Amino acid sequence: MTGPHGNAAGRSFRQPYNFAYLDEQSKRMIRRCILKSMAVPGLQVPFGSREMPLAYGWGTGGIQVTASVIGPNDTLKVIDQGADDATNAVSIRRFFKRVAGIATTEITEAATIIQTRHRVPETPLKEGQIIVYQVPSPEPLRRLEPRDSETRKMHAYAEYGLMSVELYEDIARFGHIATTNSYPVMTNGRYLMSPSPIPKFDNPKIANNPAIQLFGAGREKRIYAVPPYTQVQSLDFEDHPFRVQRWRQCCSLCGATDSYLDEIVMSDKGRRMFVCSDTDYCTTRRDHGHLGPDRGDPADIELLLPSKIATGSESR
Amino acid sequence: MRAAAQFQPARRQPLLSVRQLTKMYGKTVGCRDLSFDLFPGEIIAIVGESGSGKSTLLSCLSGRLMPDQGSVIYDLNHKGPTDILTLSEPERRKLMRTDWGLVHQNPRDGLRMEVTAGGNIGERPMAVGARHYGRIREEAQDWLAKVEIDLLRTDHRPKTFSGGMQQRLQIARILVTKPRLVFMDEPTGGLDVSVQARLLDLLRCLVMNIGVAVVIVTHDLSVARLLADRIIVMWRGNMVETGLADQVLDDPHHPYTQLLVSSVL
Repeated sequence: MTGPHGNAAGRSFRQPYNFAYLDEQSKRMIRRCILKSMAVPGLQVPFGSREMPLAYGWGTGGIQVTASVIGPNDTLKVIDQGADDATNAVSIRRFFKRVAGIATTEITEAATIIQTRHRVPETPLKEGQIIVYQVPSPEPLRRLEPRDSETRKMHAYAEYGLMSVELYEDIARFGHIATTNSYPVMTNGRYLMSPSPIPKFDNPKIANNPAIQLFGAGREKRIYAVPPYTQVQSLDFEDHPFRVQRWRQCCSLCGATDSYLDEIVMSDKGRRMFVCSDTDYCTTRRDHGHLGPDRGDPADIELLLPSKIATGSESR
Repeated sequence: MRAAAQFQPARRQPLLSVRQLTKMYGKTVGCRDLSFDLFPGEIIAIVGESGSGKSTLLSCLSGRLMPDQGSVIYDLNHKGPTDILTLSEPERRKLMRTDWGLVHQNPRDGLRMEVTAGGNIGERPMAVGARHYGRIREEAQDWLAKVEIDLLRTDHRPKTFSGGMQQRLQIARILVTKPRLVFMDEPTGGLDVSVQARLLDLLRCLVMNIGVAVVIVTHDLSVARLLADRIIVMWRGNMVETGLADQVLDDPHHPYTQLLVSSVL
């Protein structure tokens, strides 16, 4: 294996891998697909997905997209369900550190490329940033239409009535639109798109975002994209408009009321706690002196999130 | 309604006119040189034994199969009589979703079994842009009532329905967008006699009320007699006899039609 070679001297050695693992021809092929998907927002572009040193379902699509767009001067942030220190995030970050020797960060503003699984960071993205989503199932129509030949035609002819049938079913069964993740969106008024399994809380962040948003599905061999400042509409009914989740609580650690909260069971007696799923957002707020209601009992927090607090203080 | 219409035949334009339609499967004849006209609100039954080309004809008419020769001219709402075989695929699919309907022999082919009855009926309105849940549901329930399905079952899936109910649901799901032409492939196949009778009665009322034209494929002559205005008898891919329903059934000319009529139980 290669050692860490963030310095120029490291590069002069013979390397077992090309920069960022993929060979240049594969990267070219993926870049061409990315360009095509950027030109037609929301269109699923097939690409020749490569074998990666990682199982399908762990972000092979996202890694290939990141590997194709990353350069030596990029700073990478990887999050898994909002957290920088979850297994998937840690291993992908280490992978790119090894094979590309690039700098990594946990701070959203400092990153030029953010690879994410299931969340969009709370901190608004800026122009010049790229966010890469890991997508397990790119086809939003799949649940009701199993034939791929048919769903392709439906996309080509913009026959999207079926997606409304699925939302109708939700209301008929639960009284409201119960889909909370992979909530279907209309991209640029033309292509129906699954925004990967991000919570619908994050759907509004996809719309008119200044950053480039790339979606990679490794097993399904599809890439799609939302270019900066693209109109993205979540589907809904006139009498059941799109709404995002809201919590009665604030974050127990940092007191944030505007972030996506994870519920954590604290004891067998059913004590629960709500914390920000975006760890970077939470630590930044705590560093700025925002404290949540549970902050008075640090023993609990140490017990619950030793790693989160440790990495948070270390990185600063 | 129909009697009144017959007083002014010269001014009426056929809704669908089929000319010299031929479909071969290699050397085997699917159907050969078929021509007929269908007028608005008219019901034509195509009868014949298995393998006589009934289903081939229906597939060609509904655009699912490309015939080798001939034309199928349909009076489109926005641009008048057009050969539907020259339409592009999206146009044909749109036609199939809105102005046309296809009732399958097996309701499982026509229904979405994982979607509730209400959702099944709502699919076509939603496909043409309905986005108000309350109104979609109201319309769905209106149609469930029309096909005599208990409103309590609006949110049940069709796989919990009996065969007759599934078939009625399939018909409601098609008629909800008020199509002008409906193709039916053995709509009563696989149903027992009493359910068949109720379904036919219902079908006749609905079709008369909406004034939809129907091409119905069946091997059951009693269905043809009950529903159809005209009958086309097919045999080995050819049209051997055509005429008013009563005329064909009471006074069959072709030997095959005579056989068919005499073999009714």
